Amino acid sequence: MAKESRLYIPRPTARPGDEPDFSYLELSPAGALDKPGTDAKVRDMEHLAAGLVRVLDDDDGATGPWNPNLDPADLQVGLRWMLLNRVFDERMWQIQRQGRISFYMEALGEEAVSIGQAMALRHGDMCFPSYRNQGLFMYRGVKLVDMMCQCLSNTRDMCQGRQLPIMYHTKSGNVFSVSGNLGTQYPHAVGWAMASAIKGEDHVAASWIGDGSTAEADFHHALTFAAVYQAPVILNVVNNQWAISTFQGTAGGERRPFAARGLGLGIPGIRVDGNDLLAIYSATLWAADRARRGGGPTLIEHVTYRGGAHSTSDDPSKYRPKDEWHDFPLGDPIERLKNHLIREGHWSEKKHTALTEELKAEVLAAWKQAQSYGTMTEGPWLDPATMFDDVYADPPTRLESQRRRMLEIQNMRFNGGES
Amino acid sequence: MAQMNMIEAIRSAHDVVMDRDPSVVVIGEDVGYFGGVFRCTDGLQRKYGEHRVIDAPIAEGGIIGAAIGMGVNGLRPVAEIQFADYIYPGFDQIVSELARLRYRSCGEFFSPVTIRTPCGGGIRGGQTHSQSPEGIFTHVSGIKVVMPSNPYDAKGLLISSIESDDPVVFFEPKRIYNGPFDGDPEKPAVSWSSHPKGEVPEGYYTVPLGEAEIARPGDELTIVTYGTLVHVAIAAAELTGVDAEVIDVRSMSPLDVTTLAESVRRTGRCLIAHEATRFSGYGAELAATLQKECFYHLEAPIGRVAGWDTPYPHAFEWQYFPGQQRMAAGIRRVMEAE
Repeated sequence: MAKESRLYIPRPTARPGDEPDFSYLELSPAGALDKPGTDAKVRDMEHLAAGLVRVLDDDDGATGPWNPNLDPADLQVGLRWMLLNRVFDERMWQIQRQGRISFYMEALGEEAVSIGQAMALRHGDMCFPSYRNQGLFMYRGVKLVDMMCQCLSNTRDMCQGRQLPIMYHTKSGNVFSVSGNLGTQYPHAVGWAMASAIKGEDHVAASWIGDGSTAEADFHHALTFAAVYQAPVILNVVNNQWAISTFQGTAGGERRPFAARGLGLGIPGIRVDGNDLLAIYSATLWAADRARRGGGPTLIEHVTYRGGAHSTSDDPSKYRPKDEWHDFPLGDPIERLKNHLIREGHWSEKKHTALTEELKAEVLAAWKQAQSYGTMTEGPWLDPATMFDDVYADPPTRLESQRRRMLEIQNMRFNGGES
Repeated sequence: MAQMNMIEAIRSAHDVVMDRDPSVVVIGEDVGYFGGVFRCTDGLQRKYGEHRVIDAPIAEGGIIGAAIGMGVNGLRPVAEIQFADYIYPGFDQIVSELARLRYRSCGEFFSPVTIRTPCGGGIRGGQTHSQSPEGIFTHVSGIKVVMPSNPYDAKGLLISSIESDDPVVFFEPKRIYNGPFDGDPEKPAVSWSSHPKGEVPEGYYTVPLGEAEIARPGDELTIVTYGTLVHVAIAAAELTGVDAEVIDVRSMSPLDVTTLAESVRRTGRCLIAHEATRFSGYGAELAATLQKECFYHLEAPIGRVAGWDTPYPHAFEWQYFPGQQRMAAGIRRVMEAE
């Protein structure tokens, strides 16, 4: 007779119909964690991987040693970019629902990660993004119309119809091409950072990965190489609690925080309130300074929540409580920064509404422009012959003959048996 | 002109390129201080320093992944995977990233990585030190696949590979590192010093990718092969007394169809030989291409000699390896068919 299984299976605290339960999240009050010098020994800052670096407190103040004391104007810039990210995502989601693009992924609730970090990095620092880092592309100068044209696979598409929507890249903006395979960008960032050090430059690399993808071998390869060669790299784990339907425990997050993943290799880990732009900015600046002065890699875990579905192909109501986000103890990054600015007298609901409307108009104008370069149903169309370009720098003759063959067949008209 | 074995020729290729181009770096397991388990990078770290010849952790996926990032940042990495049998942990990085980066970013990003890896059997390596996985990589768009059969080509092809802006997987048949091998394990080992292809210039030269070479001219049959089996095929031609033309493919992708097809049209008979397993092997691609190009000139079905479709067995290496007898039987089969 079969024995009962003794295998442990991790389960989230709440499934559809349950009350959301975030009691598993260990939180520290804002300002509670010290800020070591960038020359501190890793063993003297292990507590940063277990605690939670927070600057914005529950009363919308900014407090503690990690407070970057940014100018109100800079904070308004951060708010603007986060809001643009959200407004853009809302519009693109609608556009997908109307069947006008095939696929989309929104960053709802995680906007502070891309924007806060982009603000802290220098332009020469290279970003190796995951698929929910559209804020990086926006901040690094990719025009909204170009992002939309990529999603449309139209004649202005930077990927010339070769990539799923949202797989952007910008060489001039120093943001790497989004892959679509998970975690593969992590060792690239480390290799890029190693090259930066080999060349004697002070540029750092940064990469992003989800809590789920930390299970991939590439994550562990990257950490090992980063530690071995003390590569100037910032390795970010965006812990948004969910990897499609599996919670962060399925990736091994139940007993030790993801920020602690590097401690065994001597990589300091900082667990950061991922919905607190000030904390993210500050931790990133600290890690970048440390890397720039030869201190090596830092692992930053951003504790946040995936406010939306994994993608437009996903329905989270099938696997998690519908209103779980509203119970997430770290709130909404945009609301929190907005409330902080209002409290400090540098912002108002009225200004916020006006800015939202302005950004919506900007996004709408970009969408109108994007459509003029072609949509899924209306031309102008990309030339399919271009699909044979860029496979090689020096293409083999077989690609040229296949291009000719494709065009020949395209121009053929088979007419019911008559030749 | 110097006499070099294949190891020395490969080392010389590194030396020449590293001297000319400061962006060339070498990374791999044991490649630095020790100079590689097959000694192909011996002395390079002493000459070019630890920042250009880097001992890596034992993580092939990490080596290739990091090399890709280095390539994106302006370096020209040569990554050594200690045995081709160990390349699989890096497979996703090769197939999904290295091969497609240029394509998916429309040429904005690319990484000119060369992956060197010893392949093939005949050294009592068992199933984890004897494989020939070239056909797995020729199937991937966006990478080039190369396998030399002698020291002269090894150096010239490796320099071309490193200088190529396209990624290259460069297979080194380790059975012929120290000397040509005609497939008869009972014979005493032969060194490269008495072979014309063991004459290798010390300086810079290239053998272009995408050009096959006629290793033995002949009129009765064309044997299309590469790597160790080039030498086995030549020996088998002598053994059978058939005036076979032996073509060394050298570059599997891109493939020099012209040289192959011209020969097969002339001889009217074709035998394809590789050490890798037969089913879905690279020989199938060669056979399909050559029957299309040469169909009306063929006097017999194209034959194939290959490794059996089993893992490489340790104790039965010489039953597995397509040696002279198997090659001779293949030649006779194609010659007798009408």
